[in-house]
Amino acid sequence: MVEVSRKPKGFVTINQERCKGCGFCVEFCPTNVLQLSQEYNSHGYHYPIAQAPEKCSGCDQCGAYCPDFAVLGSRNNNKK
Amino acid sequence: MTESCVAEPTNSVIEESPTESIPATEEAACTHLEDFLRMDRIPHIWCPGCGIGTSVNSFLRAVIDSKIPQNKLCIVSGIGCTGRVAGYINVDSFHTTHGRAIPFATGLKLANPELMVVVYSGDGDLTAIGGNHLVHAARRNIDIKVICVNNFIYSMTGGQAAPTTPAGTIASTTPYGYFENQLNLPQFLEACGAVYIARWTTFHVRQIQKAVCECFKKKGFTFIEVIAPCPTLYGRRNEYRTGLDEMKMFKEKSKIKNNIDTREATLIPGQEIVVGKFVDRERPNFLDSMDEHYGRVLGDAYKPYTGAIA
Ligand code: SF4
Ligand code: SF4
Repeated sequence: MVEVSRKPKGFVTINQERCKGCGFCVEFCPTNVLQLSQEYNSHGYHYPIAQAPEKCSGCDQCGAYCPDFAVLGSRNNNKK
Repeated sequence: MTESCVAEPTNSVIEESPTESIPATEEAACTHLEDFLRMDRIPHIWCPGCGIGTSVNSFLRAVIDSKIPQNKLCIVSGIGCTGRVAGYINVDSFHTTHGRAIPFATGLKLANPELMVVVYSGDGDLTAIGGNHLVHAARRNIDIKVICVNNFIYSMTGGQAAPTTPAGTIASTTPYGYFENQLNLPQFLEACGAVYIARWTTFHVRQIQKAVCECFKKKGFTFIEVIAPCPTLYGRRNEYRTGLDEMKMFKEKSKIKNNIDTREATLIPGQEIVVGKFVDRERPNFLDSMDEHYGRVLGDAYKPYTGAIA
């Protein structure tokens, strides 16, 4: 049986290399989409990953807090 | 955005991968910010958890919202961690000597009144080294937009106590705590004559964005104090190990009180941080009063001033 799922309202784009691991986006995402990865980027920082992308509303709160211009939340065009 | 990657969904329930619906890059807000940044200089020098980057993020969003043309906007900074802002924003920007951002900006504005001149600097640069300039630019009501990032200490020079340091703070020069009176910037600027005064912390990103938009619309000397974490030199010595810890404190302790008497705008980290828009009033600005005065005194012999360059 096919599992029915809703297309998420938004998605988050992360530039891993630009991140300095401050964690602002993880803390201030209203729906707890993000968490810091176990992996390091080439500068030695833990960058955020979307651990629950289906919860993303595309509000771009994460992008508004990012001091390093590394995160962006966008809305999906759910037209259909 | 070549290195960027879209976070892959880890949850298999999702049928449509979010990657399918990425809008064309020119539609994405991040790319809009990038147009206003000197991308060859990014990543910037600010420490992980520093709030200056967040304030620049909100500022650039306001620039985009206000649709200020890139060639009409000028950023003037002094010296210090916040003084680096001028170097990262992709408009005509000036990195001036210590404390002299405001006199430089005054000259710029008077020479070419068409420009939108923004002074973006830190608390030490604007209120201590350049404190006198701040007083007189506000008194004359020069049409410049001041954004003062206050992280409670002199950061670039090593965390010394500043006039904005709250009592009790451990700074590199006050290992037993600071005992002097702290300068309350909104109260000070109101007495000097600024027409718009607001204080927000970097937790209030949308409010900073809105305040900057309001300042762009307002004629005269406007002042926004942005309280920002400095984990490296303030936070670590004062119970906020990371920038995030300090941000959480801002979230918990900030009280929004718009239009209150600025004498009541207390700023005690860990106890109470009063934020909001405190002053929004009208006063004739410098150039308007000059035209009005000389027009009255000299009559037709006086031609209204339109700038020093043709
Ligand atoms: S866009 Fe909003 S919901 Fe999505 S990750 Fe960012 S903060 Fe969370
Ligand atoms: S020293 Fe403080 S103010 Fe300067 S970049 Fe580091 S955290 Fe920011």
